[in-house]
Amino acid sequence: MSEEKIKKVSIVCSKGSLEGVYPSLIMANGARMEGIEASIFFTFFGLYAILKGYQDNIKIATVGNPAMRVPDAKGFPLPTWMGSIPGMSSFATKMMMKEMDQLDIPPIGEFIEMIHDAGGKLYACKATVDMFHLTMDDFCPQVEKVLTVGEFYDLSAGAQIIFT
Amino acid sequence: MATREIMGTTVDVNEEGYFIDPGQWTEEMAAVLAQEEAIGELVEGHWKVLKFLRADFEEKGVIPSIRRVKNAGGIPTKDLYALFPDGPLKKSSKIAGLPKPASCV
Repeated sequence: MSEEKIKKVSIVCSKGSLEGVYPSLIMANGARMEGIEASIFFTFFGLYAILKGYQDNIKIATVGNPAMRVPDAKGFPLPTWMGSIPGMSSFATKMMMKEMDQLDIPPIGEFIEMIHDAGGKLYACKATVDMFHLTMDDFCPQVEKVLTVGEFYDLSAGAQIIFT
Repeated sequence: MATREIMGTTVDVNEEGYFIDPGQWTEEMAAVLAQEEAIGELVEGHWKVLKFLRADFEEKGVIPSIRRVKNAGGIPTKDLYALFPDGPLKKSSKIAGLPKPASCV
């Protein structure tokens, strides 16, 4: 391994579904576990992962997800009309959260806390914050700051930027 | 598999220096391993982590996750990172004479 080790990552979390948020969190936490500096920039619907009162209501998209199968990964493909039945998204989310808990993957609120305690930095995107009419008070206490895109690039100097 | 010598004893390690057999580890070896990992002198806080990792590994057969170290071991994540900077679970597992952690979280 003569390649240079990654020292810093900046992760952009732009989606507010369960499968949108978790990869960002797992990658940020995993970076910290390796001693890599990590920050997450939450933008658009990804913002819900750090929004007080909404963090643990994030759900899997059961509609418009052609890879979604039930009851498990090798089951039958879930037709879109079935995915739209009320409660389907909550049910699928509950099932998956159970699996994740077995692997010690925490719920989003606890995960955000863990990443923060691990030294990861969490930021909210200013454009979205303005568009959604939010303030710092709306975010969980682990959020460092609301950043403009320019500030995000400044903070990301020397980092690998990962968009999820 | 490779071997190495720590304090006059030959132990089996993998290519990254993690123990293959935790039974070959002694508490005295931890001090040497901690120096190698740039942790310095082991204090009570370090030992609490090392002892929990070893006890949990013995019971479950896998290295606990950082979350488990927090919830079952009672060691706050902040403290774990402060005690073993730059890769807390990997470094503490290595010093505790355990195999390399294989989980993503």
